[in-house]
Order: sequence, then structure tokens, then C-alpha cells
Amino acid sequence: MMANALTLPTRKDEAWRYSDLHALATIWPVPAARRIGVAAGERAHDHLLQDAADDGAAVHDYVIDIADGARFDFHLLNIGGKLGRVTFDVRLGKGSHFELSGAIIGGGDQTLEIVTKVTHAQPDATSGQTVRSILGGRATGSYLGSINVARDAQRTDAFQSIKAMLLDRTATANAKPELEIYADDVKCAHGATVGELDRQALFYMASRGMDPATAKTLLLKAFVAGVFDDVSDEAVKDRLEAAAIAKLETLV
Amino acid sequence: MLTIDNLSNEIDGKAILKGLSLTINAGEIHAIMGPNGAGKSTLAYTLGGRPGYAVTGGSATFEGADLLDMEPHERAAAGLFLGFQYPVEIPGVSNLQFLRESLNSQKRARGEAELNGGEFIRLAKEKAGLLDLDMDMLKRPVNVGFSGGEKKRAEMVQMGILDPTLAILDETDSGLDIDALKIVGSGINAIMRKPDKAVLLITHYQRLLDYVKPDFVHVLAGGRIVKSGGPELALELEREGYGEVLAA
Repeated sequence: MMANALTLPTRKDEAWRYSDLHALATIWPVPAARRIGVAAGERAHDHLLQDAADDGAAVHDYVIDIADGARFDFHLLNIGGKLGRVTFDVRLGKGSHFELSGAIIGGGDQTLEIVTKVTHAQPDATSGQTVRSILGGRATGSYLGSINVARDAQRTDAFQSIKAMLLDRTATANAKPELEIYADDVKCAHGATVGELDRQALFYMASRGMDPATAKTLLLKAFVAGVFDDVSDEAVKDRLEAAAIAKLETLV
Repeated sequence: MLTIDNLSNEIDGKAILKGLSLTINAGEIHAIMGPNGAGKSTLAYTLGGRPGYAVTGGSATFEGADLLDMEPHERAAAGLFLGFQYPVEIPGVSNLQFLRESLNSQKRARGEAELNGGEFIRLAKEKAGLLDLDMDMLKRPVNVGFSGGEKKRAEMVQMGILDPTLAILDETDSGLDIDALKIVGSGINAIMRKPDKAVLLITHYQRLLDYVKPDFVHVLAGGRIVKSGGPELALELEREGYGEVLAA
């Protein structure tokens, strides 16, 4: 993953193949990656509400080092900008844990992306990425996630759970897992689905009196529920949930 | 209350209802019986406005308004309730959330004041009690993990909370054991057996009619009502079968 390279990437670059390079050009070169280190045995958490202005663009790169026995949790809501891209380059020490819980909610002609590269360099580390995307209009939502397990990283346990909901046939969801495994005692679970709102549920809700916008909003809230359940700071949790709901309401 | 006149429709280009007429007045309970494939569920879904159930002719007037011209949620706000043969599961949405949104959507559409949290919970408790359904069930996601009987009782709790003027109940008796049938039957009576309300029961079997006594019984076959009578017609159908009764 490139952070702050001087030449503008092209679509031939795997990590940028679904991106909006015109929007990227308007903010190029992007700021340097933010570096986060979690010391051995520590627990830390962080979050990002990416809500750049409609005609803007934002790229946030994180380089995260999680030392032996440490744990890091990140919550992400990616909803703003013509291009909104958040990337994580994570290196896991022995017995450490990284967890990303993220939601992408986009409409219009937004391109919203989450890119993760998780390297299990040592044994006994665990990692998980849960991403829920809701896309309307001509929006594109992409998740590119690679997991690299080094030869020594036995008993690695990693999962990715990626689900996208398309509100319009003109919206696009991309999910691209990439596993590179050099150890032999490894569990890597990956699931990706793309779906539409359940028509039967919508009719059931209508038959009880809910107008289409109310019914859709309720189903979409249920779809993203859980992403921010374990945010430890209640004020942050409320802010992320409120922003997610406000964005949803613009799409239905 | 409801006047259906010469109603025809088709699904995927295939004619199902072929000139069905039926009038239901306030205070009446009607039962529609009929063999498989007669169009019973199609009638329920068409009156409820399910997408894909295209009306090709005739009319349905509900309380003086053109029912077929309304969106499904507008029909509900106008006082129509559709009981589903197969209630839909909605993961992640609790029954209480579902019902509060439903009730308040109806109230907004009618220009009435919405219920606050406390008022709604009191109402839900009262109606769940009528159907002997534990409040804890209502905290769970809509119909998810419910048995067949629990789904049908939950449907009747929904009906109690939404308090419609006309209920169209599509095989509400299917999947019920005898105890659940009694509970559901008395729930329907308690909620709907009133001078200003009416019920259209769609059923295969006579047994629900032992608990919810109909004023009129109709036989639906080949997409239209072919025979109408009093409660004795249901007993006759049970005794002799559709073939005999329709041939007579």
C-alpha cells in the first residue's frame, strides 16, 4: 500500500483499480500516513468519521504496529466526499489482536473505499474485519483486504466479514479478499455477500402501515447495527450512529 | 365497508381472479373457503396491494375509497389489516420497534398524535396478554426463530395493536395446534367482533370457524365466488368435500 507517493497512481495499480483518480488528483499528494503503535500488552482503540464535503476528497492512511500481546480496535464510518478512502497497514506481534469494524454509506457518484493489509508476522495473533456497505445512486463502495501470514505465524486466526446492500441497480459494490499464507496451521475465514433490500420484508412492513422510506430506513439500520455496538466511548458511539442514520436517510 | 365488484387479476400473465364479487358490511364476519389453487391467497394479496398482483378489471371500494388506487401502506392507514399465511422474518428489527414504527406511521398518515414509548409499551402489553404471548417474545426480531403457532399469535398481537376496521386473515389457522387455535380464535373475537369492524377469514378448514363464528361462508373456485351461504355451508363442505358441494 502506498502512502504519500509522489506520482499519482493509475488504475493498473491493484490498490487503486476501483478508485476515483480524478477526485484523487485534486488532493494529491495526500498527507503522510498516521502512525499508531500499541505497546506490548496494551489495549488501545481509535475511530474515524470520514465525512468530507460532497465535492471534496479525503484519503486517510494508517500504519499500525501492534506489539506482542496487545490489542487494537478501530471503528470507521466512511460516508463523505466524492472520494473517501481509508487504508490500514497493520502489523501484528505475537498473540496480538486487531479488529476493524467499518461501515460505508454512499450515494450520488461517491466512491468510498476501505483498504486493509494485515500482516501476521508472529504466531498466535488474531484479526478481524467487519465491513457493511450501503450504496445507492451511482456510488461505488469497495473493500480490498489482504491478509499476509508469515512462515512463523502459526496458529493465526483471521476473519473478514464483508456485506454490501445495493439500493439501486446503478450502484456498485466491490469486495476483494487476498490471502497470502506461508504458515501451515492457520485459520482464515472470509465471507462476502452483495444483496438488495428484501422485497417480502418491505411489503410486510408496508402492509402494517410503514411508508417506503420508513421501512427501508428500518431495514438498513438493522443491516449496519452491530458495527458500532462495541464502541467503548458512549459519546463517540452516539455520534457515529447518528451520522450513519442521517446519511441513510438521504439515500432512501 | 368493502365492496368487491367483478375483480380480475393476473400474476405473471396468468389469470387467477376471474370476476370476483363480494360485499362485506360493518359488524360481519365472512369466511372464504375453497380448494387449493382457487385464488384465496391471491385475493388477500391483491386487496393488500402486493407488488406483482396486477388488477386487470373490476373494482374494490373500501369505506367509500378506491382501495386499488392506494399504496399498500395507505391501505393499512385506511384501516385494512392483512394477516399473512407465512409471516415474514425480519432479522435485526424487534417486534416492538416494528410495531411502534407501523402504528406511528399510520397515525401520522391519519393526522393523529403518535404514541410515546411508555404509551406504546402499555398498549403492546395489553394486546400480547390477549394472545397469551410473552412480552419477551416482542423484544425479539420479527418472527425470527418463532414456531408456526408463535408467528400466528404474534400476527394477532400486531392486529390488536394496529386496531384495523377490516382484517383479511389468510389461513391464520394453519400451523396451529388445538390450544393455539382457541387462543387465536378468542383473540380475533376480542379484537374484531365489534359493530364497526369486519373480518374476512380465508381458510381451508372448518375448525377455526368453531371459534370464530362466521355470518357468511363463501366458496371460491376458479377465481370467483361460486356459492354463498350461512355457517352451515362450512359444515357441509367439511362433510362432503368441495367436489360434491360444487357439483350439486
